[in-house]
Amino acid sequence: MIKAILIFNNHGKPRMSKFYEHYTEDTEQQIIRETFHLVSKRDENVCNFLEGGLLIGGSENKLIYRHYATLYFVFCVDSSESELGILDLIQVFVETLDKCFENVCELDLIFHLDKVHNILAEMVMGGMVLETNMSEIITQVEAQGKMEKSETFVFQCPRQDR
Amino acid sequence: MSDVVEKTLTALPGLFDSQTGAAKITNRLRQLVKSITELTSKHEEENLIKQELCAMKEQVSSPNTSMKQMREIMVRAMYCEMLGYDASFTYIHAIKLAQQGGVLEKRVGYLAVSLFLNEGHELLLLLVNTVLKDLQSTNLIEACMALTVVAQVFPKDMIPAVLPLVEDKLSHPKEIIRRKAVLALYKFYLIAPNQVQHIHGKFRKALSDRDPGVMASSLHIYLQLIRESPDSYKDLTGSFVTILKQVLGGKLPVDFNYHSVPAPWLQIQLLRILSLLGKEDQSTSELMYEVLDESLRRAEMNHNITYAILYECVKAVYTIHPKVELLEKAARCIGNFVLSPKINLKYLGLKALTYVVQHDAKLALQHQMTIIECLDHSDFTIKRETLELLFRITNAQNVTVIVEKMLDFLRGCNDEHTIIHLVGKVSELAEKFAPDNSWFIQTMNCVFSIGGDLLQQDVPNNFLRLLAEGSESKEEDDQLRLYAVESYLTVLKGHTSHLPQCFLQVMSWVLGEYAHLQGSVDRREVIRLLTQLLDQRSVSSETRVWILSALTKIPEGQTDLILDLAERLASSQDTVLRQQAQELQHLSQDSQLHEWVLPRGAPWDAIEVDSSLSFLDGFVSEALAAGAAPYKPPHQRQEELCEDRALNLEPYSFSLPVSLSSCSITDRQSPTLLSVSSGLSGNSTELSQKAGSSTLILEGVKRVWGKDGYLPQKEATAPLVDEPSAAVQPPVQQEAAERTEPRPELSTRNQDKQQLASSLFVGLGVGSSVSLLGKSEAPPPRFRKKPRPHESSSSSGTSEKSSDSSCRSSHNTTDSFLYGSFLEEEPATSKSAFDHTPKSTTANGLSQNKDTKEDKHTNTSQIFGGDMVIVRPSTIQDKHPPSESSDLTALLPADLKDLPHSDVISLTSDPSLSLSSCRLFRDEALLLLIFISNCTETVIKDIAVQLTCEELKTASLRGNIVDCLEARSTSVCHYALLMDDPHTNVSFTGTVSYQTQPGHTNTLPFSGTLSTADFIRPLVLTTEEYGKLWLSLSHDVKQNLKLLTDAGDPLRTTLNALKDALQLHVVDIIGSEGIVACRLLSSAPCLLHCRVSGAALVMWLRSPHPALPDCILYHCQRALAHR
Repeated sequence: MIKAILIFNNHGKPRMSKFYEHYTEDTEQQIIRETFHLVSKRDENVCNFLEGGLLIGGSENKLIYRHYATLYFVFCVDSSESELGILDLIQVFVETLDKCFENVCELDLIFHLDKVHNILAEMVMGGMVLETNMSEIITQVEAQGKMEKSETFVFQCPRQDR
Repeated sequence: MSDVVEKTLTALPGLFDSQTGAAKITNRLRQLVKSITELTSKHEEENLIKQELCAMKEQVSSPNTSMKQMREIMVRAMYCEMLGYDASFTYIHAIKLAQQGGVLEKRVGYLAVSLFLNEGHELLLLLVNTVLKDLQSTNLIEACMALTVVAQVFPKDMIPAVLPLVEDKLSHPKEIIRRKAVLALYKFYLIAPNQVQHIHGKFRKALSDRDPGVMASSLHIYLQLIRESPDSYKDLTGSFVTILKQVLGGKLPVDFNYHSVPAPWLQIQLLRILSLLGKEDQSTSELMYEVLDESLRRAEMNHNITYAILYECVKAVYTIHPKVELLEKAARCIGNFVLSPKINLKYLGLKALTYVVQHDAKLALQHQMTIIECLDHSDFTIKRETLELLFRITNAQNVTVIVEKMLDFLRGCNDEHTIIHLVGKVSELAEKFAPDNSWFIQTMNCVFSIGGDLLQQDVPNNFLRLLAEGSESKEEDDQLRLYAVESYLTVLKGHTSHLPQCFLQVMSWVLGEYAHLQGSVDRREVIRLLTQLLDQRSVSSETRVWILSALTKIPEGQTDLILDLAERLASSQDTVLRQQAQELQHLSQDSQLHEWVLPRGAPWDAIEVDSSLSFLDGFVSEALAAGAAPYKPPHQRQEELCEDRALNLEPYSFSLPVSLSSCSITDRQSPTLLSVSSGLSGNSTELSQKAGSSTLILEGVKRVWGKDGYLPQKEATAPLVDEPSAAVQPPVQQEAAERTEPRPELSTRNQDKQQLASSLFVGLGVGSSVSLLGKSEAPPPRFRKKPRPHESSSSSGTSEKSSDSSCRSSHNTTDSFLYGSFLEEEPATSKSAFDHTPKSTTANGLSQNKDTKEDKHTNTSQIFGGDMVIVRPSTIQDKHPPSESSDLTALLPADLKDLPHSDVISLTSDPSLSLSSCRLFRDEALLLLIFISNCTETVIKDIAVQLTCEELKTASLRGNIVDCLEARSTSVCHYALLMDDPHTNVSFTGTVSYQTQPGHTNTLPFSGTLSTADFIRPLVLTTEEYGKLWLSLSHDVKQNLKLLTDAGDPLRTTLNALKDALQLHVVDIIGSEGIVACRLLSSAPCLLHCRVSGAALVMWLRSPHPALPDCILYHCQRALAHR
């Protein structure tokens, strides 16, 4: 099971955090800090797996991360997940973000926090991997996006009248 | 891929201009983000967010805020929460948004809810109706959102409300809905397994769904189910193999390919399931050999994801019943992993090796050079994994090198978690394999100084216990102790300010206890070193207490130094220290008293504790005579408190004919307790007769409460350990190891490595691999620990002991003695009257069968006469078939003969003892009888039974200690068990220790399961009483059950079936409705209301206890399913 998904930038600023287990607010912040601390001091040429820190549950859990330009994508999973499988899941996630935002960047994540969460919800549901097929995820997200567009249209029309 | 996220914050201003969809990014959020990025300090950020939150608070409470604005506020709130600021005032608005908004608002609302709230949050209750409405919505997106939120956060007690709707979704035409529904049900299964019991059939349908996506998500459930009980799903092996074959054959739509690998995640999932199914099961494994072979062959592509599949495949091959051909291929794969230049693969290779060395140690030999390279790898994770691997292959010959490597790593490591983990392993290895005393003490010194105060308490406890108890040879023990003393004196003479507290405590205890062994060192020197520590500022007050008690133990003669010290401490701020200083002063002046309080060199087990505190008798009776209230132990006080509470909360419970709570109290009281509260005599008089007679009974008292005394442990000493020198075997195997990997021309550096390799992998050769790394991983430890029946409690026992002079008023001990005194304690009855005659297999076989039959017959007749109507067929399928020992029922004590009881089942046996158990259903408790039969022709002595179960409470026991059991006779041990919180099934474990020859103790572990059904008793009441009680109960659960339609009246048949299985009381049956009542032992009642509706039985359960209805429902379902 996936316990948490964290995205933060090179300075440790959280850009998205999603916890599938209940932690208190303070613990969540501590986990983000601790994870950043663990991940950021690792070189580029070492492996992408880490044993979880104390907070996130000790040796039972693993941190699996990827580093893209300014952002770290970290998945915290328990022993029932395949390390390499999750590593490629991160790749799928990022590629999907890239498709949905047309060349994604850190700012997209900041301004569209809700959209990022929605995309993630199509991939991972309650800690379980729901979908790994990129085109399927995009179809689902776009179905929701259409709705959004039609609504913006309705809302914007009266505004233009004004 | 790294160019994906190429735009950075430096491009921020430009991006703002280029943002065309101004409506998308709301002004406020943009401003907020912009101003946050401009800030330089955390403090400024805090202020800004505080302002922002204030503004938001105003906005949300204003009635003019539109839905759209609300949506935008939510996004801002999410942002603030992510940064760690509290925006709890928006939670309720998030729920409102989900309730009232259009689709778009709903989405944001649901998202905010799943981010803000956790499963236990009270506000979630407000969401239930919204979710129900959306689940029924025809709008696909709304239904999807509702399912998502249900799977993310949903309160457990609300599951029954949405369950039918989610179930319906399993047959929805859209596959995305079906898929989400399957996952939501899986989540329900994880939270409350009982409630989805009935839909396992539907999971099977999902597995064969025409859409591969739905099938894939059902695998989540099966992986979990099979992990819990692989045996129940063996029949599905064929299906899983077929699915995997189809996936491999490319039968899935191309959509499912990832980097042209067909559905890799699905494959991984399937391989895991298969390995669980094939574990230790040859016939099932045979079904999957072919497909595993195919998998190994197919995965040739050079992409990450194929390696992920390969890795699972290799693991599967090594988990299932072995097949040589496959093992060879898998071994080659592991080789590829380990040798791969890609670091991730190397890591997995090491992991695979760690997993595999348990089965095949030679594989590690093949890769020894790579392993050694990994040991010096720059990557922390790789090093860590390598050490894990080395830990697995440690034996008596390579232990020094491996421990050295681990300590090296630890010295350079600053990650707390890793330190704790590894230090534990080092101490484990040191205890198991230490070649000699000095090495052991040195290593433990390193452990203490590196691990320091991060260490888990059991590491120092174990170490001290080892020193204190020692082995059987006093000489050897003294040598070890002497060495420890010497080494600590050296340490203390150096710099001490940096030493961790825990190390100081260990040292001071050892010095206090064993400094006298060292003849050459001046006592004054020891005292001086210890006193020096006291003066150090860095020493904590707890450590000071340890040091002082050590000083108290160092014998008299140095009165001047001690008095000096005591005087100094007499003005200390710390009261404990001051008290100790006083004691120190008195003891040092009165050598006779000192000798009496702290006898020198007395073995631990000889210390007698007056458990009854009889010396206080005079005081107690005086106080009682003066009108003081008699003492009540904490648990009784607690119970009385609960009593009061129960009275307040459940006004109707006393209207019952069986006054539930009041009878529970009296029944639980033992005669001793009654006498205490009624009579004026001190509570110890009665006891002192028992406790005074022998020490054995005193042990019994301790055992009940899991505080292990020393006596039973001492007896349990394992046979004498080998001579230290014998542990180091001749280096023949070392040569063998070298021979397996001949490497000619080597550079000097390589030679070093080669040397290291030979020292690391020594003993892994063919000859020794079996004994060392076979599945039974228990090589004879160098320092044997005493068998510890109850791990945690016994270690606390040590700490108690080791500090018992420092905290002489230890509440624990006192409490446990007092506690113990309220148990029924009767000397064990060893019944040689019921001798087993030795069984000659053939001739007696028949007659025994007859016996069993007769026995059963009498059972049933007995029981039909009684109030309770049935001998319950054991609802848990006991693993052991009813053994030949059913004649043991004849051994039931006379007063228990009439109680309804289960069949006697055999628990375990070894050549000398065999254990069987029988459950007796007493009204207020479950009596678990354990029959201990001596199968030998000799007398077995000192039998002690210890039973542990976390979920249950032992109300009383007797017969758990038997001094001596005659040949071929049987003794009975009674446990009266209480269940306070219902659990569907509870398992108990225990051990029996006994001596066949003096000084030679064996232990025999056993375990078993009990079901809630064993603790359920019928509750007899009238229909009116039922009605009253029904209204007063709060927790209810409703569920449809199967109706048994095979006989005339379906309702009556079903209820009778339930009654038989669960000891329910059928109160009344009116038309198509029936009411049934039961209770959990003598406490919480549970009322069941059953109504026939079509082909189903709608069952409605109510109880004051929140978890009881669930449990009973679970057993009802099982009972009906097994008909």
